[in-house]
Amino acid sequence: MSIDLSPAPGAAPLRRMIASQAIIETRLLVRNAEQLVLALVIPLLILVVGSDSSGIVDLGPGRPIDTLAPGVLALAVMSTAFTSLAIATGFERRYGVLKRLGASPLPRLGLLAGKGGAVAVVQCVQLIVLGVAALLLGWHPGGGPAAFGWLLVLTVLGTAAFGSLALLIAGTLPAEATLAVANLVYVVLLVGGAVLVPLSRYPEAAQPLVRLLPSGALGEGLRDAFTGEGPGVMTVLVLLVWACVAGAAASRTFRWE
Amino acid sequence: MPNTLANVVTVAVEVAGLVMRYGATTAVDGLSLQVTAGSVTAVLGPNGAGKTTTIETCEGYRRPQGGTVRVLGLDPLSDARALRPRVGVMLQRGGAWSGSHADEMLRHIASLHAHPIAVDPLLARLGLRGCGRTPYRRLSGGQQQRLGLAMAIVGRPELVFLDEPTAGLDPQARRDTWDLVDELRDSGVTVVLTTHFMDEAERLADHVHVVDNGRVVASGSPAQLMRSGAENTVRFTAEQGIDVGRLTMALPTGTKVTEQRPGTYVVTGDADAQLLATLTRWCAANGVMVREISVQRRTLEDVFLDLTGRELRA
Repeated sequence: MSIDLSPAPGAAPLRRMIASQAIIETRLLVRNAEQLVLALVIPLLILVVGSDSSGIVDLGPGRPIDTLAPGVLALAVMSTAFTSLAIATGFERRYGVLKRLGASPLPRLGLLAGKGGAVAVVQCVQLIVLGVAALLLGWHPGGGPAAFGWLLVLTVLGTAAFGSLALLIAGTLPAEATLAVANLVYVVLLVGGAVLVPLSRYPEAAQPLVRLLPSGALGEGLRDAFTGEGPGVMTVLVLLVWACVAGAAASRTFRWE
Repeated sequence: MPNTLANVVTVAVEVAGLVMRYGATTAVDGLSLQVTAGSVTAVLGPNGAGKTTTIETCEGYRRPQGGTVRVLGLDPLSDARALRPRVGVMLQRGGAWSGSHADEMLRHIASLHAHPIAVDPLLARLGLRGCGRTPYRRLSGGQQQRLGLAMAIVGRPELVFLDEPTAGLDPQARRDTWDLVDELRDSGVTVVLTTHFMDEAERLADHVHVVDNGRVVASGSPAQLMRSGAENTVRFTAEQGIDVGRLTMALPTGTKVTEQRPGTYVVTGDADAQLLATLTRWCAANGVMVREISVQRRTLEDVFLDLTGRELRA
């Protein structure tokens, strides 16, 4: 069988490349069972167990579900933008996928946009599934339509901050170390980073520090949004600074092999 | 400047005085080579000779520490954006998501190009149609290798770099790959491949650069390389006591016939078709019945041994 191999080189239009990259990355993320556990099963378990008023952890005043639901949304954003992205990118580097793509017409910006697209698709599914589950469990989101506007803004900012951190780790450490660090940081921030447990429940001395963490900013920001207070300038600023610093560091240190 | 124009047209790759070091090790030590557009060029050498480092510098993965590299007249690093669609790359290993399927992976790479080869016929051509939903990590080494080749050519490049394209392939798949390389050349694609298989270089390449210790130690067509240096040998058995003096005179100058053992004769010299014809004609004319005849052809393997004093695959 003969195939026409005669040269006809050319790059596809950038939009098509980005769409194709986002689609294959999404498919591969979804195909991975561990990622599904991280993205949906753990947050759902936390919602179900934590919304029980007997409460394993004291979340402070108010109905547990109203405190917990925004925190679980923050956790979902973090798990995909940070843990999933770091692990996936670490192994892409390890298996030469980044090297292979580096020889293709896909520019770096296109690769980043593709990854961003895949993360956004997964996050949308997470936010819808977890949001609906929280509503079924009795969540009364406060803050009106503005709260959902904040959800969008903080998700984008949080994804930029955590995604940059993910690429910083994946671009410098070997794949196995990335896997370990990404999971460890996830657990540490889950417990001690004010994602789920409100900042006010932390020791007085630790609070100024914890609120400067990207997890603290994202968790507090979403809780503030859905109680109707609205997140402060501080929250936005913290996430922006993390995104810029980690983004700059990642773009300087990232190695494709 | 007609000279420059001619260069652009005929020289696909030009490496001049390339130096690459890893720590204290010098992987490439002043290597120079040229690749003629439209040809198949083999970079031949043992493991660790500097083949992959050289190719990867041409592919834009590494910055030359010394010397210059031009690919299609451009700089692989600063002109990367213009070069990437025009150059196909087959890595020595890997290059696919471990969970991706062969067809999905190839379709993705194809989608990054403007005029890709149709994916299904290409998969069929490379025997990858049956891989279905098998994830990449569970494909055999040979299947992974063929997918790597498919990804290199699917974008219809002008120039392809194939890093050990047949490593790990069974004999049939190896011949299929060779046929595909022939087709690429026939279609006007310039092919640069690395190999440590002598027969592969002899079979495929118009031009061979023999590399050792980071340098090119010999260059030429396989035929030129095999002609240089030591001579070929023809050995035949017949009745004993042939007049070797008369036979030697009948053969082209530079050849010599000796009766090694009674009835076993050795002809040293340039054993081409003409010599064989002359030899058998002489035997026929003199009523000599040749019972056995063999040509011990000088191979690229011998050339390499002569040049470096070492076996190629040691």
